[in-house]
Amino acid sequence: MSIIVNEQTRLLVQGITGNQGMFHTEQMRSYGTKVVAGVTPGRGGAQVAGIPVYDSVRAALAEQPADASVLFTPAALTKDAALEAMTAGIKTLVIVTEHVPLHDAIELMAYASLSDATVIGPNTFGVVSPGKCKIGIPPNSLFRPGPVGVVARSGTLSYETVANLSARDIGQSTVIGIGGDRMVGLSFSQVLSDFEADQETKVVVLIGEIGGSAEEDAADYIQTMTKPVVAYITGKSAPSGKRMGHAGAIIERGRGSYGSKTAALRQAGARIATLPSEVPELVSRELAALARDPFYGLIWPSTCPDYTDPGR
Amino acid sequence: MKIFEYMGKELFASFGIPIPRGRVCRDVAAVRQTVGELGTPVVIKAQVLSGGRGKAGGIKIAADSSQAEQLSAQLLESTIQGCPVTALLVEEKLTVDQELYLAITTDPTNRCLVLIASRHGGVEIETMPESAIVRHLIDPSLGLAPFIVRDVVLRLGFLPRSDQSRALANIMQSAYRLAKEKDAELVEINPLVCSGEQFVAADAKIVIDDDALFRQKEVEYVDESTMIEQQAKSLGLAHVDLEGEIGVLANGAGITMATLDLINHYGKSAANFLDIGGGAASGVVRDALQLVFSKHPKAVLINVFGGITRCDQVAQAIVDVKRQRGFLAPVVVRLVGTNQEAGQNILQSAGIEALTNMQEAARKATELAV
Repeated sequence: MSIIVNEQTRLLVQGITGNQGMFHTEQMRSYGTKVVAGVTPGRGGAQVAGIPVYDSVRAALAEQPADASVLFTPAALTKDAALEAMTAGIKTLVIVTEHVPLHDAIELMAYASLSDATVIGPNTFGVVSPGKCKIGIPPNSLFRPGPVGVVARSGTLSYETVANLSARDIGQSTVIGIGGDRMVGLSFSQVLSDFEADQETKVVVLIGEIGGSAEEDAADYIQTMTKPVVAYITGKSAPSGKRMGHAGAIIERGRGSYGSKTAALRQAGARIATLPSEVPELVSRELAALARDPFYGLIWPSTCPDYTDPGR
Repeated sequence: MKIFEYMGKELFASFGIPIPRGRVCRDVAAVRQTVGELGTPVVIKAQVLSGGRGKAGGIKIAADSSQAEQLSAQLLESTIQGCPVTALLVEEKLTVDQELYLAITTDPTNRCLVLIASRHGGVEIETMPESAIVRHLIDPSLGLAPFIVRDVVLRLGFLPRSDQSRALANIMQSAYRLAKEKDAELVEINPLVCSGEQFVAADAKIVIDDDALFRQKEVEYVDESTMIEQQAKSLGLAHVDLEGEIGVLANGAGITMATLDLINHYGKSAANFLDIGGGAASGVVRDALQLVFSKHPKAVLINVFGGITRCDQVAQAIVDVKRQRGFLAPVVVRLVGTNQEAGQNILQSAGIEALTNMQEAARKATELAV
């Protein structure tokens, strides 16, 4: 089944005539994604990789209905492009653009809430359902279809993880980047919930990093999941990020560190990989356990022989 | 981008938030003149961006003019937590009846701004229990409407319809307007001093969103990075100076952090964090590598998983540096992804080994760093 995008998804590319837009439109098309139209105001009538370009989202949709849009627009113009897409009825936006101003991100996400649209990102590598659809920028060759859902904040670290899984013939149902910014649309918890409901996904891999409380929030949801989660958190030895004075400390309240995240995830029952290379092994064990016992998922983790209870 | 206290207070004044009488001084003569205007006692505050300035001796009180000059001279020659002091804010000393806390900042979990306030301002705010802190998530479509602000002021324990309540409400709304108009990630007033009937912002901590600087040209640019970090920034790279022995160059924040973690795992530490981002061309990679060498590391680890970044571009840069300047330290290269084969061929023809496993590359680099 996969989540968010599948072989039916019809995709609009906003900012299609920029360097990134053009390169990745070609890559997405050759992956098999149904790219139906592109938008760059003022460049209507042009073609990119055989895809028709329109001056506006409405003009594009009038001729080419679409379900989702991927944005390669310049940072200063991204809020406007996102609002344009949402008001025209697009319900899934993938914002690849980096450096979108914070206040712009807040506004476009508030509008997404009102119009019931899903915003992935900003600053995301995208979302890929292997064999079905790729929206964004990861290299086409990394992916294999299979039972593992992957959700991450980091781009290249996801590629690393997916490459390691594929090398062990462990395929992926959907790989999704929620974005590298502190303030993002779709959260870990929302993606985990989608994976929990997805028939194709048997095991979930979560790639997190220090800073913010996204992983701690995810841990709250993981408590309720039946499907196993393997997590890798990077940044254990990184320089501490900028602390926004007391306000930042009050917001985070002791969360945000490597220790806090791994403790919360462990407490919720997730398996923690301490190195990226450990992820495929941990995933493999979970898949094997599921193969042995189809009810494993429902009464996990207490029956898992590898799980050490920290005192729950 | 953090801005200095005096700049923050200038912004407060322009938005109608009361600040102490005072002036920024860059030499002792200016201090003398300011003390003449303000009278004594005065507070002398080092203008540095680091936190914990008070505890580090950056805030002094002078009872008379000659003491003010003496303390100022000392401060202007000092560094506070690594920051050289080049300016002082000399202000009237306030009578403090109460110290409140007020901030507008971001709440990523709820994807909006949040107003945080407390009757217990000052240095102890972080240790205050939840019950002592009033929070309000700011819905962008409502902003800080008057009814919302009235409610916060009430929750803080101030009597409705009093002059104090009205003054506090005005300050909250002004702080929010400032945050929005100046693209601030943080507007913090700690302490917000209650002096008699008046509220005065005794300190100002404002952080402007780096991604919005292009539209905040009126705010003076403040750079707190080191020389190397500045050079990196001019190349469009993210760089942080560290204390270890292995130079690191990677693409993407996550994989760069993972590289640091692996080096750590093998018992050494990184000399720097350098993320070349996505799609860097060989010229940029070459400059980045020179930057890493400039820290004189014992070994260098290059870890690139090319998505939009092309391996042949990265390989060419590495080979160019080797040919033109030579390697100043042993270099370990791990290169996979887009145009991997082309990249590896370029490296091999220059006698450089091209590894494909990240963990192995990290281990090798730590072995070479002696």
